[in-house]
Amino acid sequence: MNDTRQHLEHLAEMRSLMERSTRFLSLSGLSGVWAGACALVGAFVVYQYLEIDPFSMRDSEVYYNKAVRTIKWGADYRSVFVLIATLVLAAALAGGVFFTTRKARKRGEKVWDASSKRLLWALAIPLITGGLFGLALLYRGYVSFLAPSTLVFYGLALVNGSKFTLRDVEQLGLLEIGLGLLGIFYPGYGLALWALGFGVLHILYGMWMYWKYERG
Amino acid sequence: MKDILSQLNPAFDHRNRLGIMSVLAVNDWVDYNTLKELLNLTDGNLASHLKPLEAQEYIEFRKQFVGRRPQTTYAATEKGKAAFKAHLDALEAMLKIGKE
Repeated sequence: MNDTRQHLEHLAEMRSLMERSTRFLSLSGLSGVWAGACALVGAFVVYQYLEIDPFSMRDSEVYYNKAVRTIKWGADYRSVFVLIATLVLAAALAGGVFFTTRKARKRGEKVWDASSKRLLWALAIPLITGGLFGLALLYRGYVSFLAPSTLVFYGLALVNGSKFTLRDVEQLGLLEIGLGLLGIFYPGYGLALWALGFGVLHILYGMWMYWKYERG
Repeated sequence: MKDILSQLNPAFDHRNRLGIMSVLAVNDWVDYNTLKELLNLTDGNLASHLKPLEAQEYIEFRKQFVGRRPQTTYAATEKGKAAFKAHLDALEAMLKIGKE
């Protein structure tokens, strides 16, 4: 049945076309590893600023109570948090663009096309909402909810975006949401969970995705 | 077997036409150049496969200007989507028999 084989080949090709025309598949695992590293550095600097140990859990030492009392490096916690968050985000994005462009070039695909635009749009709505929500929390002084809520909104963005890129991103998103919700119930662990979600999970998932799709 | 073969749509009797329909089945409007790149075809080649699909009213197109350049975008019609689905069903049935 030569015909059957030909039809099967056509079906495989059609499947690939449907995937490639709707999903942005050049997202690189290395951009996840890089983003995770940036987040860990950011969390480390926050711990330095607050002069606390990530694993100390005495109530008076809880990071957000300490934050409102801390003025160091000539700045209060609001300016320091916003500055660190901005730098981490900028570094993570720059690395993400770099590694993803590199992967797209290797695959002979365009970075800026209909599928990447769709992905960015899907990510942007929850992310911008989350960013403004976080600023409002900071402005109103609800520091304890800040770190966990960024995890929740980021996770929602990933779940939303996963429809337009590698499917594994959905799982990562669900885990980020879970960690964020945990942090809202147990705010004392908020910063540690933030480092776990944005740092460790990114690195693990990035390595896993790199190993799965980009080896060799 | 004969019966099923007769249900395969001759309009989709080429991998590039199947390719065009696949892309248009899962996207709303796709412009000419994106189609060309996805399918890895030359200008003339893509046009020659779009024509018969247009003639069957399986796809529709619209022309607009993006800046100063004219751009043609394509979409599958309801008729086209139904025909494509019927073709896939026939393929599926045929491959099932082939396996038995």
